[in-house]
Amino acid sequence: MTMTDPYAAAARETTEGRVYTVTGGDWDTITTTDEEERLVINMGPQHPSTHGVLRLVLELEGETVTQARTVIGYLHTGIEKNLEYRNWTQGVTFVTRMDYLSNAFNETVYCLGVEKLLGIEVPERATVIRVIMMELQRIASHLVWLATGGMELGALTAMTNGFREREIILDILEMITGQRMNPAYVRPGGVAQDLPPGAVEKIRDILESFPKLLPTYDDLLTGNPIWQRRLQGVAHLDLQGCLALGVTGPILRSAGLPWDMRKTEPYCGYETYDFEVPVETTADAWGRFRVRMNEMWESLKIIEQALDRLAPGPVMVQDRKIGWPAQLALGPDGLGNSLDHVKNIMGTSMEALIHHFKLVTEGFRVPAGQVYVAIENPRGELGAHVVSDGGTRPYRVHVRDPGFVNLQSASAMCEGSLIADAIAAVASIDPVMGGVDR
Amino acid sequence: MTDSTDVATGGPTPEGRMPGAVDIGVGADSRVTSDMFGATFGGDTTGFGGLVRRVASGESTPRPYGGWFDETVDALEASYAGFGQAVTRVIVDRDELTLHVLPAKVAEVAQVMRDDENLRFELLSNLSGVDYPAQSERLHVVYNLTSMTYRRRVRLETAVTTEDPHVASVCAVYPTADFHERECWDMFGVIFDGHPGLTRILMPDDWDGHPQRKDYPLGGVPVEYKGAQIPPPDERRSYA
Repeated sequence: MTMTDPYAAAARETTEGRVYTVTGGDWDTITTTDEEERLVINMGPQHPSTHGVLRLVLELEGETVTQARTVIGYLHTGIEKNLEYRNWTQGVTFVTRMDYLSNAFNETVYCLGVEKLLGIEVPERATVIRVIMMELQRIASHLVWLATGGMELGALTAMTNGFREREIILDILEMITGQRMNPAYVRPGGVAQDLPPGAVEKIRDILESFPKLLPTYDDLLTGNPIWQRRLQGVAHLDLQGCLALGVTGPILRSAGLPWDMRKTEPYCGYETYDFEVPVETTADAWGRFRVRMNEMWESLKIIEQALDRLAPGPVMVQDRKIGWPAQLALGPDGLGNSLDHVKNIMGTSMEALIHHFKLVTEGFRVPAGQVYVAIENPRGELGAHVVSDGGTRPYRVHVRDPGFVNLQSASAMCEGSLIADAIAAVASIDPVMGGVDR
Repeated sequence: MTDSTDVATGGPTPEGRMPGAVDIGVGADSRVTSDMFGATFGGDTTGFGGLVRRVASGESTPRPYGGWFDETVDALEASYAGFGQAVTRVIVDRDELTLHVLPAKVAEVAQVMRDDENLRFELLSNLSGVDYPAQSERLHVVYNLTSMTYRRRVRLETAVTTEDPHVASVCAVYPTADFHERECWDMFGVIFDGHPGLTRILMPDDWDGHPQRKDYPLGGVPVEYKGAQIPPPDERRSYA
């Protein structure tokens, strides 16, 4: 400790004794061992093991966590407020950026809310495409969880492999929507555009390759004694704790309750698909790992069935006062309105031009009222509380993000455990801070 | 809501507002536009003509509510002695049941909703606020309860003024309400009595004001694009 060190420990007297503020260095140079060592460690918001800009404030006795608090808000972007100043269709562009690892879910839950307010049914093909997009994204999200969670626990090969496989799915999402992430592809009334030629074949390739790739994770991790000992019996949260804390998704299913909204309150026709809800009873990080691994297999089953029932048809409601007028097409200068559509509105149909103009500038009106819709995203119950005053803009949209709610369980999982297990606990919750902070 | 059979024909309403538009806080003035946008007379091209007109506030939906709604309301009435005072309105809209509850009674109602064997709403799915500046009790708090036993969803709604924004906290009944209520305090300034530590959660601790209130500005600066000035989003033309 020198006078010139800008990070030198500052000491101050408090009612609880002498308190040092330390930002690094050797502990022995700061205090002698005869004092009580009660450490308050600030972890994050910029820390490689906190799953994004999450800040953990941990109170330690030795290596044992006695109190854990989560501090969030570092990624708050005011999405809900911004939505109120854009029209209903533009809202998709905002909600997709909430939980940025499961865009299709954000978009779909918002659109389901708007459609429920409008009282419209979307075409069958659009619903099937939504299901395909959501299940692809579920696999991609679980792979990112495996990758980042693995990295946080020191399994770097899990990270490189997880991101590698996720990239295969993102390639498909890019092919279909034009963007790897945040595509704003699902729109009120359907989806932005139909699947491009070759997309179905490319998805079928996944159905071939992933059943070979997924077992490699079992080879790498499931039987790995280090991985087992890092996860088994760690971050325990039983069913009662889950329900009290409002925890849903893989954490709830790892505690033994097969609560999956795709089965319990089906939406988008999930009741017609044949799939299982993976459940574990260990109620620990290991159970959550197993649940997520098994869910990827179930998602593959759903995608296969969805591809089989993909019949030709419109992908946007045919009501010209709601449905987005144009299909996008790829021109020499990039993606834009299809030339056929431009020809139609400029040369043939004046009504089509009016509809296009009014829908794009003004948007459609949504009857007043409020609805709450919920779907199962990779992290749990994703809900949208959508309020309309009858105008062309959302009056209020609140998204119940499962990451936000599930993060409350971090304290319950961490307290009393070792600090190393706190990392495993947060990783097993899988919060995505974009969704947590919105 | 009540007169759901009153199908608008696309003509102007007596208040000069769009059919389907309901005065839930924005005020009638914002519905009157001086140009061709949001036309309130015939020839409307995108105004979603033929809407079913709804009335957002006012009286309860008359019984029977239909489906399991009657059963649920009956069960609450039977096991909660203060039902008559606490529940001010029961509204069924778009297959969703909403119980309007007095702010001081929310926790009591939630307790019965959770524990009664005919109700069993074990999970508080969501809690959020909505600001309706035109109403005197402008800050609404909305609770979405889920019954995992019966697979039902119910909404509780309560309203307070900005001068006395006190709502009974449901944290003791649903511990998951902790973060939700902190967010609602942060964004709307609703004070939840009985919350263990009502502090800001998304905004910085020293922030002034409550951003999700309608009178809180969005902010933003004008942007130049190809020589034209584009105003910030909250100053752009609203077609509402």
